[in-house]
Amino acid sequence: MTVFLQSLASGILIGGIYALIGIGMTLIMGVMGIINLAHGQLMMVGMYITYVLFAFLKIDPYISLLVSMPALFLVGVVIQRFLLNPLMKIEAILPENQVLMTVGIGMVLTEIARFIFSSDYKSTTTAFSSQVFFLGTISLNAPMVIAFVIAVALTLILFWFLLKTDLGRSIRATAQDKEAATLMGVNSGRITIITYALGAALVAAAGTVLLPIFYLFPDIGGPFTLKAFVITILGGLGSTVGAIFGGVTLGIAESLGATYFGMQYREMVGFVIFLLVLIFLPGGLKRLTKI
Amino acid sequence: MKRSRVIIAFIALALVLFPLVVKSDYYQHLVILALMWVVIGGSWNLLAGYTGQVSFGHAVFFGTGAYTAGILANKLGISAWWGMAFGGITAALVGLFIGWVCFRLRGPYFALATIAAGEIFRLIATTWESLTEGMVGIMILQTFRSKLPYYYLALLLAAASMFVFDLVMKSKWGFYFISIREDQDAAESLGINTTLYKNVSLLISSFFTGMAGAFYMNYMAFIDPHVVFSLHYISIMAILVGIIGGVATIWGPALGAFIMIGVQETFRSSIFGLAPRWVSQSHALVFGLLVMFVILYMANGVVGDWPKIKRLFLRRP
Repeated sequence: MTVFLQSLASGILIGGIYALIGIGMTLIMGVMGIINLAHGQLMMVGMYITYVLFAFLKIDPYISLLVSMPALFLVGVVIQRFLLNPLMKIEAILPENQVLMTVGIGMVLTEIARFIFSSDYKSTTTAFSSQVFFLGTISLNAPMVIAFVIAVALTLILFWFLLKTDLGRSIRATAQDKEAATLMGVNSGRITIITYALGAALVAAAGTVLLPIFYLFPDIGGPFTLKAFVITILGGLGSTVGAIFGGVTLGIAESLGATYFGMQYREMVGFVIFLLVLIFLPGGLKRLTKI
Repeated sequence: MKRSRVIIAFIALALVLFPLVVKSDYYQHLVILALMWVVIGGSWNLLAGYTGQVSFGHAVFFGTGAYTAGILANKLGISAWWGMAFGGITAALVGLFIGWVCFRLRGPYFALATIAAGEIFRLIATTWESLTEGMVGIMILQTFRSKLPYYYLALLLAAASMFVFDLVMKSKWGFYFISIREDQDAAESLGINTTLYKNVSLLISSFFTGMAGAFYMNYMAFIDPHVVFSLHYISIMAILVGIIGGVATIWGPALGAFIMIGVQETFRSSIFGLAPRWVSQSHALVFGLLVMFVILYMANGVVGDWPKIKRLFLRRP
């Protein structure tokens, strides 16, 4: 029982961070209708920014959230403005042009990181790195808990932004019906830029809080891109609430899978869920709640 | 019409005579790889370019074909050449399963599911060590020491695949495929069973990709999960071959295969040893930049945008 609770707890903790990754992806999916296959790679860039700040300026990873998020916001603006939006105007046979473009962007980001930092594994330590909390018989390690708390806080701020501010409402309107939103005076070109940048900033935050937990290397982006879309499919395309449930479900499933089947199956659990959802619950968890 | 036949005959003759004129193993090797990519690129194009179902996971079919040949030789002790017969069939079965799962949904699901399938297969090939030898990979003995038999086999495979794709696209099926790409609802309302024909397209596509995989096993004599199930070097490469040459054209992927192998090898060899060594590590970066460039400026590839390219060069005499 303790083993089960322990896996469950660490699953929920990592799931909170997965949710943060998934929300960015699902926002982009909702507004632009494309899968951002550079999502994990953007996270990788955020992690390297945090790493550089830590290694050269000795800045604590949690404080560098204030740098990595704005930096990735800018990267997101540039990508959407100069690489993705121009594609809307190009006549092409393939409908998935923008998705292909994000694949290209992901490859370029990974290779640039490899150029600068080589393929070596990097890691950071914080003051709390080796601290452990106890909750009854369950042990929780401190960086995970802090990362979870930050992820939840950012998610709450995002929801406040989406529900209460004008800009947030415009984003939701564009996601619901682009043409109607445009007719109501929403500048949809600007909204796509902001959404992509927001998604990039959120995933950068996830990367930053994950850095004290994971090793960092240029290829870390790929697996996280895949996780992000598993979450998106699981939660229902374009649903932010779904992404939270999707993230937590994936976190728990991975954690239990690793405990009961073995470490090497950890990655596979996500894909099995993905296939099961596609077969039995197309539309994802969103379908169950009707939100 | 007549002129194009002359050109085709000329290209065919040049390819047949090539290994007899150029004796260098290195250049023969490059052309063999390019011919193999003609098959894969063409298969991808049939599914993505003509039918509009963009696959991000052709490595699944390639790897399945390669592993079929490898496992036949490794576990059953029969020649890996049997893989040429069975590789395509197992890959097509895998294709059918993926189609069964994904084609009931629309839009980007297929693209996504193919990526996931690629990763699942790579993980299976890595973990199921009793069957696939895991990360160690499968090694067999090459049947021939000379490159000539492989060269002509690859040429035959490439020609056969292009012939079949051309035939399919000129048949009724071809028109069904294009109608599905252009407007699925309209196609459905005209009584075309879109799910069936998407699966037909996927079946043909995965069959030829599996054949190419089996050929790869026989030719390279070594495979491991990270090579044959690679997202970047197989799946993305297949997409690049297709779009750089020109999607929805018969000759596009064939041309794209030669261009891509040329680009890849140019950078891998540090621009023929002229540039400093770090250039050789940049070929993945060049790949990525090429994807971005092609999509932004040559969305229909060399063949599709040929009039545009011609104009660009003719404008300044």
